[in-house]
Amino acid sequence: MSHMKTSTKATKDWLNTLEYREKNFAREKLVINPAKACQPLGALLCALGIEGSLPFVHGSQGCAAYFRSTLSRHYREPVAAVSDSMTEDSAVFGGQSNLIEGLKNANALYSPKVIAMFTSCMAEVIGDDIKAYLGNAKEQEAIPKDLPVALANTPSFKGSHITGYDTMLKGLVECLATARQEDKINDRLYVVPGFDTYTANLREYKRLLKVMDTPYTLLPDQSDVLDAPNLGTYELYPGGTSITEMNDALNAASFLCLQTYSTPTTRKYLASKEVPVESISMPIGIAGTDKFIESIAKFTGKDVPEEITLERGRSIDAMTDSHQYIHGKKFALFGDPDVLIGLVSFLLEMGGEPVHIVCTNSTPLFKKAMESLLASSPYGQGSTLYAGKDLWHLRSLLVTDPVDMLIGDSHGKWAARDANIPLVRVGFPITDRVNLHRYPIIGYSGVINLITMIVNTFLEEKDRTSSDPYFEMMR
Amino acid sequence: MSTKETIDFRKQVVEEVLEIYPEKAKKNRRQHIAVKDSECASCAVKSNAKTVPGIMTARGCAYAGAKGVVWGPVKDIVHISHGPVGCGYYSWGNRRNLAEGEIGVDNFVPFLFTSDFQESDIIYGGDKKLEKIIHEVVDLFPNAKGVSVLSECPVGLIGDDIESVARRMSEELELPVIPVRCEGFRGISQSLGHHIANDAIRDHLLGKGPAREIGPYDIGIIGDYNIGGDAWASKKILEEMGLKVVNIWTGDSTMEMLQNGHLVKLNLIHCFRSMNYIAKHMEETYGTPWMEFNFFGPTKIKESILKIAAQFDASIMEKALKVIEKYEPQMQKVIEKYRPRLDKKTVMLYVGGLRPRHIVGAYEDLGMEVIGTGYEFAHNEDYEKTIPALKEGTLIYDDVTALELEEFVKKLKPDLVGSGIKEKYVFEKMGLPFRQMHSWDYSGPYHGYEGFPIFAKDMDMAINSPTWKSIKAPWSK
Repeated sequence: MSHMKTSTKATKDWLNTLEYREKNFAREKLVINPAKACQPLGALLCALGIEGSLPFVHGSQGCAAYFRSTLSRHYREPVAAVSDSMTEDSAVFGGQSNLIEGLKNANALYSPKVIAMFTSCMAEVIGDDIKAYLGNAKEQEAIPKDLPVALANTPSFKGSHITGYDTMLKGLVECLATARQEDKINDRLYVVPGFDTYTANLREYKRLLKVMDTPYTLLPDQSDVLDAPNLGTYELYPGGTSITEMNDALNAASFLCLQTYSTPTTRKYLASKEVPVESISMPIGIAGTDKFIESIAKFTGKDVPEEITLERGRSIDAMTDSHQYIHGKKFALFGDPDVLIGLVSFLLEMGGEPVHIVCTNSTPLFKKAMESLLASSPYGQGSTLYAGKDLWHLRSLLVTDPVDMLIGDSHGKWAARDANIPLVRVGFPITDRVNLHRYPIIGYSGVINLITMIVNTFLEEKDRTSSDPYFEMMR
Repeated sequence: MSTKETIDFRKQVVEEVLEIYPEKAKKNRRQHIAVKDSECASCAVKSNAKTVPGIMTARGCAYAGAKGVVWGPVKDIVHISHGPVGCGYYSWGNRRNLAEGEIGVDNFVPFLFTSDFQESDIIYGGDKKLEKIIHEVVDLFPNAKGVSVLSECPVGLIGDDIESVARRMSEELELPVIPVRCEGFRGISQSLGHHIANDAIRDHLLGKGPAREIGPYDIGIIGDYNIGGDAWASKKILEEMGLKVVNIWTGDSTMEMLQNGHLVKLNLIHCFRSMNYIAKHMEETYGTPWMEFNFFGPTKIKESILKIAAQFDASIMEKALKVIEKYEPQMQKVIEKYRPRLDKKTVMLYVGGLRPRHIVGAYEDLGMEVIGTGYEFAHNEDYEKTIPALKEGTLIYDDVTALELEEFVKKLKPDLVGSGIKEKYVFEKMGLPFRQMHSWDYSGPYHGYEGFPIFAKDMDMAINSPTWKSIKAPWSK
């Protein structure tokens, strides 16, 4: 009988011990507070970024409700999605009749330009063939034959939100783009942001591409959908990558994917269609942004404009102005692979030490990339990546091997509080602070924003905790 | 408009809105919408029926009802979201049901425990994994009073036997392990999840607690989930009346509260929809009486206090009257402050559980009128209780679709809409004041005398916020 009763106080203290940490890290099956969501949420986010696109969940309606609520809480925006409300009888007979009736109603009510259909667990477990069902739906004239319906299989028991994003993106291109024709290659760079929950990042990409005089298409582009202006009217489809540009996607001069780990399926598909495609890490920090700018310049064949060099210079100025507040400081981080690579790279550039890095949805490739990044800097020598671990592991790390700051999404606030350190919120979801998605963390302006958030949090802590004689005007 | 004209106009609105549907869906939806009229011939709305596929519904699933509502707030039990990561992730930390206790020791409300199903678990089954997980829970959280296993869709579909795992583990660990068969595909909304959750309490916990004497004034609160501290505000009133609140289900609740729910003189049920099953069971099996109460707004609070006190002796009635005497002047001040700012303002609601009817009185205390209301997952008896509380001409809609609600709001032009997070930003984009009435919009409590001033302040803030005036640019026509 392993169930021992101990006093509350004794257990509380025990949670902070090395012994507990060891026990905690020894667990094999139980997952506690993971930093990952499931595939269909990513598929929904992706689908929102296409003009007139209606996300359609083939599965239980509860899934759709959960995805919509979660995204609405982060963005503080309406999130549209329908489901075909499968219940017990679908479990027995399959979900075809729900799918067909659902398509018919969705089309009649919401007049979408494209339906982005993806699955949740139920449909996947019973083995529904959405491609065949869709054929039958069109056969039965539930929807017009020419209404595009993109498909993605996104079971929640595989991958995470970032893989769901990838699968839906591939499905959308597959559905909407016409075959590549060598005589119809356009002049545009198709830029894929990846699973990115900062509308300001997307706007910043567009600004930089414009400054660099690049013919481009951002694909998908949720910036106007999830940061819609309040003009006194509600629009169901307030923006997104145009259908015309989607149709022309395979004729792209080239593709540039700005995240590595949320785009492999799409990249593979593009490559199979002989579309030139490049992927780089999410451009967070100076080196990451430099890489992004160089990739664009390589594409356009033009010199990097002076304006960008000045912008870079201003962010370098911000770095040198404030390096002293980050240098030697110890950090813990958690989040998605691409965000983590970017943040770690940025911290190393500032002389910060990313001591504990937790990535629940890690992959072997990511592990290798992160470890080589850490090895490249003297500030990364004391760092460890905890692949596949969760926020309860992270808590053990924080209380037994303390750091100065935690960086991650809102779910990190309990661990940060237990460790008595500040949490700087970066990632998804951020549900307990406003507007953070409206400040870019990518590009040179992202560098300045990250410095602002991190350094001012340290300074605020200092002011809040210093005794009278040390409460100074200048910090 | 006369009442007759209002009724006719709103009936006309319903017909117009239904025109958007294809034939089959139109026929279905027509049964769910009504306008209250004098004969009330059209008041009967169909409820608790399947949602029309392909439309935007606010409804959730059985898992959401069982884990998100009923089981989640039981703080000293480790709740395992058994299945893939998503359901647990999305129901994690978002219902604002507050709980006291040492986090990670005897309070697990802010946690997500999941078995994080992978493809291999679908193929080979998750029962072995579940056993291992329960062992790990007990090792890492020795003060947990039990473990619940809340099954997600795949668990039922692949035929896992969580009941026998739970039975085995209970015996081996000498600890309650409770299987809750709340797969999301069961039923047509959250509602079945509430029922399933209640049945699990009945079958596995109720009547199995440590012996306890029943004091003469011991009572339980059932169906108060302590959103933003609601249950604490209700408890305060009841204890000032001289009663002793020994159980709250399930806000800030413990295993023992669930086990001993029947050991009270009276159970007071706030959310009838989610908890009526167990209240009725306790009455039938243990003879524990129960009654409904409503602690929204001074009028209903007073009515409820008197009704509750009437179940006890004169000393309680005396204290009850004192409570009313003490707080009514304070509430009067709140009304005096806010009524001039809110008088005659109209509201449209769309919520779940008890709120579409219980809150009506609180709005009326502020001079406001509810002109439309409806439930996400009600049953017939909920509408039977609701319709008498409504004015003639009130629009009643069951499982209203996003598009219907938008159209109804555009045509009835309320001053305030109260619904959930999925609806909030749609209406705010229309420039319409909105409050999240599932979760009190990051505020609360709204229950009790402590809650009413906050409710009044929040409604005033929403409706009279100067921000709405800035929506139109001065240069726009």
